[in-house]
Amino acid sequence: MSAQAIPILMVVGTAALLSLLFLGLSGWLGPYRPNSLKSTTYECGVPARSTVQIRFFVRFFLVALLFLLFDLETVFLYPWAILFRSMVAEGRAAFALGEMGAFVAVLVVGFVYVWKKGGLEWQ
Amino acid sequence: MSETAAGRGWGGQDVRRELHSELLEINMGPQHPATHGVLRLLVRTDGEIVHGVTAHIGYLHRCAEKIAEGCDWRQWMVYTDRFDYLAPINMNFGYAVAVERMLGVQVPERAEHIRIICAELQRIASHLIAIGTFGLDMGAWTPLLYCFREREEILNILERLTGGRMLYNYFDIGGLRFDAYDGFERDVLAFVNIMEQKIPEYDTLLSYNKIFIERTADVGVIDLATCLAYGCTGPVLRGAGVPFDCRKDDPYSIYDRFEFDIPYGEGEQGTVGDCWDRYMVRMREMYESCRIIRQAVDALPGGPVKAEDLKKLVKVPQGSLYTRTESSKGEIGYHVFADGGSKPFRTKVRSPSFSNLHVIEKVGPGMMLSDLVATVGSLDIVLGEIDR
Amino acid sequence: MQVMTDLFARIFGDGLSSLGLLVAGGLTMALIMALVMASCAIVFTWAERKVAGFIQSRYGPMRVGRWHGVLQPVADMVKILGKEDIVPRDADKPLFMLAPFVIFVGSLMAWAAIPFAPGFIAADLDLGLFYIFAVSSAATIGILMAGWASNNKWSLYGAARGAAQAVSYEIPLALACIPVVMITGSLNMNDIVIAQQGGIWRWHFLHDPFLFVAFLLYFVASIAEVNRGPFDLPETESELVAGYHTEYTGMRFAFFFLAEYANLFLVSCVATAVFLGGWQPLFGPVFLPGLVFVIKAVLLVLLQMWLRWTLPRLRVDQLMHVCWKVMVPLALVCVLGAGIWMLATGQAG
Repeated sequence: MSAQAIPILMVVGTAALLSLLFLGLSGWLGPYRPNSLKSTTYECGVPARSTVQIRFFVRFFLVALLFLLFDLETVFLYPWAILFRSMVAEGRAAFALGEMGAFVAVLVVGFVYVWKKGGLEWQ
Repeated sequence: MSETAAGRGWGGQDVRRELHSELLEINMGPQHPATHGVLRLLVRTDGEIVHGVTAHIGYLHRCAEKIAEGCDWRQWMVYTDRFDYLAPINMNFGYAVAVERMLGVQVPERAEHIRIICAELQRIASHLIAIGTFGLDMGAWTPLLYCFREREEILNILERLTGGRMLYNYFDIGGLRFDAYDGFERDVLAFVNIMEQKIPEYDTLLSYNKIFIERTADVGVIDLATCLAYGCTGPVLRGAGVPFDCRKDDPYSIYDRFEFDIPYGEGEQGTVGDCWDRYMVRMREMYESCRIIRQAVDALPGGPVKAEDLKKLVKVPQGSLYTRTESSKGEIGYHVFADGGSKPFRTKVRSPSFSNLHVIEKVGPGMMLSDLVATVGSLDIVLGEIDR
Repeated sequence: MQVMTDLFARIFGDGLSSLGLLVAGGLTMALIMALVMASCAIVFTWAERKVAGFIQSRYGPMRVGRWHGVLQPVADMVKILGKEDIVPRDADKPLFMLAPFVIFVGSLMAWAAIPFAPGFIAADLDLGLFYIFAVSSAATIGILMAGWASNNKWSLYGAARGAAQAVSYEIPLALACIPVVMITGSLNMNDIVIAQQGGIWRWHFLHDPFLFVAFLLYFVASIAEVNRGPFDLPETESELVAGYHTEYTGMRFAFFFLAEYANLFLVSCVATAVFLGGWQPLFGPVFLPGLVFVIKAVLLVLLQMWLRWTLPRLRVDQLMHVCWKVMVPLALVCVLGAGIWMLATGQAG
């Protein structure tokens, strides 16, 4: 695995260096003339009336929670998917499928609950 | 919107009550892509759902009504051009009719026909913009450019006719400034032939697109009661299911000679008076305008285009008169007061977009931010005419 | 990677240790990938305008570079380099300045695992597909950072929408790829492509009906994942002005822009490798593998552009509705269906 990580480190390094290079280039070529009006926040041409750092639309937090749930599920599905082929070859596919069916079924119950509870509604 | 059964699930409580967010006050406009000019909407929202809208207007106010008191009757025609800069001829038309009625002057037949051809061409041009930008508000770029392609043809005709592409100043008290060019009828008919073929294209591309219907049907429903309370006219009123049109119901010029229907919203894809209905009313009106243009071109007589007995400096007898005509946005009314002199004593313009716009404060709360954009787009406002 | 390390081994003989070979090869591949990414972003900005122009019956760029404005993107880059870098007064400066890097680096990192041709892959990972999903979600963090740090209401809206959309569509995206993993039994991108050897009927999207549906799901989810029309809600120029990058100027804005087009190509590359046979030609033996791969991916990109310039945009609740109520259940059905299909046909690949 460590041998496989080296190229990734190279890519990260290259990307970071390149972006710094371009930003430096732009800083060197571009003007820098700040003024107080230019550095105001854009709110359609009128001064902003309130700050944005407030408790924001809760619906998005529900989405985040749902995502956690389902992303974990997907993560668990991947190892199973890799093994599935060999299990088919060994003739244990029905067992594998049943196992995963049970796992997904538990999740689907939760999903249906969220659905019924209105967690997927927006209005 | 309304409570749905899905909101109260098995648990008994409503998740939406248990969790709440803070309200954010946000200025939508005057410099915003979706406000069609320099409209400023102050929106209170908790993120996606709008809790209140206030429309702030006046960024394009140019004192046009006050200016009228300083120029003579003919001169003010130029300023009416600047009201609805997407349909200036319809604005001219109303003012010309108002002053002519006060003067009791008879407009020559040829002038009346050319006026109607121009006004209907202009109505199509204005509706094309309305439809195109409405599509743009929904994120559909391409219909806008198709609409501009057809509008370009109209502008070309009007340019050859009047010399201007945006502001024409072509109508005059008692007729037109000058006669139409040779081949005007041919150009107009050629355009109408193209236009009638293009409308089904828009229908397939936009009107009956599934996503478009999802975005517009049942959204921003403006019912008849609201229309009456706010004085909405034009496609907004017709979208609410009332076939009211000044061209039919309070005829001016020679509209009573032509055969055409008044399209109105039937709630084909959702509720009567939703965004889709207003959009579709405009789409169908373009057909009707084509019908009127065909009839007017067929009946176009020869003769003068100016009333003979009018002096250069007209003096309007003392009195006042309210005249309404149908512009592409709705009922444009000119309430003109004359003191017998060569200048208007006072003019008051009742602009359709002004009344149509403020409905947003009534229907806005409860809808989603994207629906607010859709609803403003479907009202088809022009700020030049609201602020004057 | 293999290609490069072989090359270096041939050049230096035994002069380099295996670690040195890895570093040298990795660095070269990383540079090549960066070059590919930058050039594809440049080509696609031009192509996007030309496609839009073609669809909208106009020309698009015509002036710069004599023939059909081919040098327009280069001119744009030069212009952007000469722009002032403005950081708003009220912004959270460190976050504001860091956000474009996160998106850009995240985008380039995912490129490391794309197999353009046999052996031509920057990082031949056993977990390749998984790695791509993991790394590309860095974009979500970048979007949130940009939106929050700007202290601008439109940016915040765009960021919240963008994050919600990206995380939601990641699920059908990842689920849609599971049937393929079941068939190949590997997450290695090379193995996945090699498993599709032998003409178009061996490509995964034609393997069985469930996989075909999975491919469609992947395609739709990938459009949403890169925030393009009809799912361009985080930007929605008609609602949110410019979404999460409203406050960005100059080069920092360009990073968002480059990352968007790079991601566009990236998801198409993944679709090509996973569902459309990668470098395998329609029939016959492997022939010009890199070119075949790029052609397939570019066709997918053009398809995405076609959709963008044709369709209106969804509303945010409809977007979530499509994801959670249609695509996620459908993707689960695809996973189970593909399993049952394999069981029924008794075939392992």
